Amino acid sequence: MLSKSNKEKLAFWVFRILSFFVLAILFWILEFIFIRGWHMLNWEFLTEMPKDGMTKGGIYPAIIGTLCLIAGSMIFAFPIGVLAGIYMHEYTKDSWYKRFIKLMTNNLAGIPSIVFGLFGMALFVNAMDFGDSIIAGSLTLGLLSLPVVIRVTEEAMLAVNDSFRHGSLALGATKLQTVRKVVLPIALPNIITGLILSIGRVSGETAPILFTVAAYFLPKLPESIFDQVMALPYHLYVISTSGTKIEESRDMAYGTALVLVLIVLILNLLANMLRRYYSKKVKMN
Amino acid sequence: MRKVLNRFSEKLVEGLLMISGTVTSFAVLLIVVFLFREGFTLFKSSPIEHHNVIAVNTGNPVSQLDAEQIKNIFDQEITSWKDLGGNDAEILTFTINNLGDYFSEEELGSDFEFLPEKISFLIDSIPNILAVFPEAYLSGQFKGKLVHVDNIKLSEFLTGKEWYPTSEPAVQLGVLPLIMGTLVVSLFAIIFALPIGIATAIYLAEIANPKLQKILKPVIELLAGIPSVVYGFFGLITIVPMIHDWFNLPVGETALAGAIVLSIMALPTIITVSEDAIRNTPRSMKEASLALGANHWQTISRVILPYSMSGITAAAILGIGRAIGETMAVLMVTGNAAVIPTSLLQPVRTIPATIAAELGEAPQGGIHYKALFALGCILFIMTLLINIYIQFIASRKKLKK
Repeated sequence: MLSKSNKEKLAFWVFRILSFFVLAILFWILEFIFIRGWHMLNWEFLTEMPKDGMTKGGIYPAIIGTLCLIAGSMIFAFPIGVLAGIYMHEYTKDSWYKRFIKLMTNNLAGIPSIVFGLFGMALFVNAMDFGDSIIAGSLTLGLLSLPVVIRVTEEAMLAVNDSFRHGSLALGATKLQTVRKVVLPIALPNIITGLILSIGRVSGETAPILFTVAAYFLPKLPESIFDQVMALPYHLYVISTSGTKIEESRDMAYGTALVLVLIVLILNLLANMLRRYYSKKVKMN
Repeated sequence: MRKVLNRFSEKLVEGLLMISGTVTSFAVLLIVVFLFREGFTLFKSSPIEHHNVIAVNTGNPVSQLDAEQIKNIFDQEITSWKDLGGNDAEILTFTINNLGDYFSEEELGSDFEFLPEKISFLIDSIPNILAVFPEAYLSGQFKGKLVHVDNIKLSEFLTGKEWYPTSEPAVQLGVLPLIMGTLVVSLFAIIFALPIGIATAIYLAEIANPKLQKILKPVIELLAGIPSVVYGFFGLITIVPMIHDWFNLPVGETALAGAIVLSIMALPTIITVSEDAIRNTPRSMKEASLALGANHWQTISRVILPYSMSGITAAAILGIGRAIGETMAVLMVTGNAAVIPTSLLQPVRTIPATIAAELGEAPQGGIHYKALFALGCILFIMTLLINIYIQFIASRKKLKK
């Protein structure tokens, strides 16, 4: 029979080992991608068109395509999401209406990304007749990231102490002035941090762009928002599963995966740095 | 004057904010409308595609067939009319493709102008024939009997065991294998991820020192940020061959590979949500337990865990919800065979993977296209129920406080 304290020791060791197992999984994935993809990462790979059935050359059009999609979706999702977040946190009282909006936002957040793809195809590509285009893909991705942006904004506003609001209102400022000149500036760093993280999510989404924008192979740059583009995640999917020469394009796949992970990694680091920088600054005030 | 202007702009901005606030509700509404509008037309369509009709000899008592029977006839699993309630005679199938066996090109005419007449003649002269041909070739004096084929039914769609959305002449749309595939992969993913996830959450919230927490937290965030297609690629290159070798299988792309990859993907969700739940345990309860002489582990196992159980349940359900909807990673590692899984070491196909793999090839407006939208509806309903349940748990917890 184990004694009380031995039991504790045993349990804690089990937890410790399992936690480090999680750590190990991440390092396994990163090691896999970094070690195998590192030698692919050079200037040519990033700035050249794919060649020879996507077994050689670079991933330039896919990078540009992904950047277009990030920009397009954020132009749509940032303003609307931030405004909606402000509305939900600052303007609605606890009523059935607020609860309803909240429920709908949470539901939208829970819808699988492939359903967004179906919807984007039915509405933007077919009903609105945009065809497979940057605008259709951007709107689909924007809709997908809208709940994230709203939640981030709400949480940032929630973190602003009510005394700021009361002080401003007591000085005779209107509600709008209070929100614009007092609450928003304080909440802004947190909002921006959240936005950076949501960019990371958008850049890796594949299912919503499958039928709304992504091109299998298109070695040229888009000229308008009604053009199709290649995108990094879809490119990785194509060359790792359905390319014509899967084995020969392995190196390209490792390189593409590395670029995708690097984007997420850099955005994460950036967000963390911002968070740390501003949290220090706020403490000093 | 300025004051009025100010107040006006204030109202204007408020209106703008309100409109933005309703965008999500509007979006959900639009998704429901578009998904269900496309999906539900499936149940107004016949399983016979390309405007084909099915006809038999007038002397044949059979006047109604369903999609499964038609498929079995063409697969030669049903060979006698007796099995369909008809005479004791062998079924002779005829499609427009074996026209050449019966008539020469001259007989049909240069523009196939005699074709309708010939088909009518053929059906009239062979008593045991079952003919499938385009409706356009139905002549005015048609001397056969058209067989009625029911539209696709919701009950058949949900309980059918075969998914051959492009088979000729009648498509087979049974989503049971897809639903089973989705559930099996997701459930096992959570079974694998839950113990590790909860242990990590307990370790993070209760045991680890702040320094370790500072390392582990960003790691988990990063794990959550890696795109699903990268997980799929990782699974394809490492886990699939591993399973192939360990279990000596012909292919490594199995339900097990999908479950393992999904469990890694579900870890961050489970860890963060359970950790929040554990941290929400009131300090006073913990301290009361410690003051009574319980050690830290006893406090965790007898006080903290029972208290945070509802939060941990929510984490598990949320994880399942995410796993059910996950597309790319599953598509890449599960092998995509639409059969009802009997073991984890079999290829399976999930609903999202089916949509992703097949929508590109389905002509817009066709039965296949509609069927994929109907699959989207099923997926939407599954995840919506899970979402609503989680929000119900969350709101009940708020009330308690």
